[in-house]
Amino acid sequence: MSKFKKDGGRTTPAINTSALPDIVFMLLFFFMVATKMRDREMKIRTKLPQATEVEKLEKKSRLHYIFVGPPLDETLGTSPRIQLADAFATVDDIQTYITMENAKKDEAEIPYMTTSLKADETVKMGVVSDIKQELRKVNALKLSYTAAKAAKD
Amino acid sequence: MGKRRRDIPEINAGSMADIAFLLLVFFLVTTTMDIPTGLQVAMPPISETPPESSQQKKREVLEVLVNSADLLLVEGDVMSIDKLKQKCKDHLTNEGRNPNLSSKSTKAIVSLKNDRGTSYKMYVQVYNELTAAYNEVRDEYSMRTYGKSYSELSPEREENKIKDVKAKYPKKLSEAEPVNIGVK
Repeated sequence: MSKFKKDGGRTTPAINTSALPDIVFMLLFFFMVATKMRDREMKIRTKLPQATEVEKLEKKSRLHYIFVGPPLDETLGTSPRIQLADAFATVDDIQTYITMENAKKDEAEIPYMTTSLKADETVKMGVVSDIKQELRKVNALKLSYTAAKAAKD
Repeated sequence: MGKRRRDIPEINAGSMADIAFLLLVFFLVTTTMDIPTGLQVAMPPISETPPESSQQKKREVLEVLVNSADLLLVEGDVMSIDKLKQKCKDHLTNEGRNPNLSSKSTKAIVSLKNDRGTSYKMYVQVYNELTAAYNEVRDEYSMRTYGKSYSELSPEREENKIKDVKAKYPKKLSEAEPVNIGVK
């Protein structure tokens, strides 16, 4: 009966995996190109509002970020806080922060600097208006209300 | 002896995939995908002189008010947000027909006032509707004159057309400093 059956008949041939690194490298390059580095740690929650007329912000190097929202750490309460760079701040710190950040940039770039305001949708306009006033005082007049893109109906 | 040296031993590439996976996982963890998008606002510089809108005739200004309960008041009437865009478009394209709306598109102003208690979500929605109105009006004008929507005009080759559309419907959307209307 087992005349035609070979000894090692059960063992399947090894799959050729020599192309696997190529596939993985392809994935790797995709992610390297399509994503950007996460450069700050968020201390507050920002659930962005939705809008249909949003525009892409051009160069990332021409952006200041200001975050407003309730703290992630619940022991700090739920009232909205401002985050500049990696730390909590108050409205009074904004002028210093923008001036400091501008000092790092090329002078020719400063008129093109946009402030990206990332605020949680539950935040009241009082805080936002205070921030806007502070920005006007340091002549940072380009502002962007960061919002997620909603589908047009 | 010389013959033996010449054939190079095969390099074991079996762990290459592992190394690549390691790199891949590193990039997956440390990067984010979102491209920042937002509603662009150009704020006026601080000045002592009263803002332009207060010197304007009343008919040129479309007053939009959002109170602390997120309710919308347009020219003194309560309005739901889905009607705001059409109202704003009517105002911009009125050209003197309706005596309550703007006399000329180049003079039309939209004034957005909010309360300190207005939620950011509502404010962004209202701002979005007003921006949408401007974009649509510009698109329609550009379509009529140049057969191409405003957003499709290329900034390099059709600079003059863009300038013309912008001059026809200048974006005069003023955000007033907030007042406390009915403090909570």
